[in-house]
Amino acid sequence: MANTQAMTTSFKTELLTATHNFGTAPTRGTGTADTFYAALYETTATLGAGTTAYTTSGEVTGAGYSAGGIAVTNATAPTSTGTTAYWTPSSSLMYTGVTLTTPFDTVLIYNQTQSNKAVSVHTFGSQTITAGTFILTMPANTNTTALLRLA
Amino acid sequence: MALVTTTKGLMEENLLEKREGSIDNDNEYTRWIEFWLDGELVHRSVHVELKRNVLADGMAAMLG
Repeated sequence: MANTQAMTTSFKTELLTATHNFGTAPTRGTGTADTFYAALYETTATLGAGTTAYTTSGEVTGAGYSAGGIAVTNATAPTSTGTTAYWTPSSSLMYTGVTLTTPFDTVLIYNQTQSNKAVSVHTFGSQTITAGTFILTMPANTNTTALLRLA
Repeated sequence: MALVTTTKGLMEENLLEKREGSIDNDNEYTRWIEFWLDGELVHRSVHVELKRNVLADGMAAMLG
């Protein structure tokens, strides 16, 4: 049996639970999961891979929407299948009773517990909401479709 | 009769013009519903189902 060069699957999963630390990182006093939030951004914002933390710049404003967005339901721990580690919020993101008249097309997932550091940016078609509800349903939590995947 | 939350408060649905639509592409399946009153948009709700995810390819990153 030959050896195979690889980044181990267990390591990928453990990256999602902050098990490894190659540099200076926050000291974790508890084993509880961090709190993640989801903020919406207007079409004119410039979020992307270079985004490092939550910002109010370009964030939507309007009746019923609070700066910073809403908490992400995180009831399902990261896991792996095959060689892919993955995680998905366990519920849809639901912004109820809002009016957002300036078009928006992006949601930023960020870690409120760790100084609002950015996790991921997800885009969709431009939308507005008038005295209504905006629901963002997550893809299925599998190794091929989960919202965050480390392959 | 169903009530709808609008910019003018709760209104009976049968007093409003209802418009619906959807978009289905590789990135999302989106449905929207609007209610109009005398040419004025008084309610709009949207449901986006994300299809795409973000992927970090560990092997590619390791090999540079």
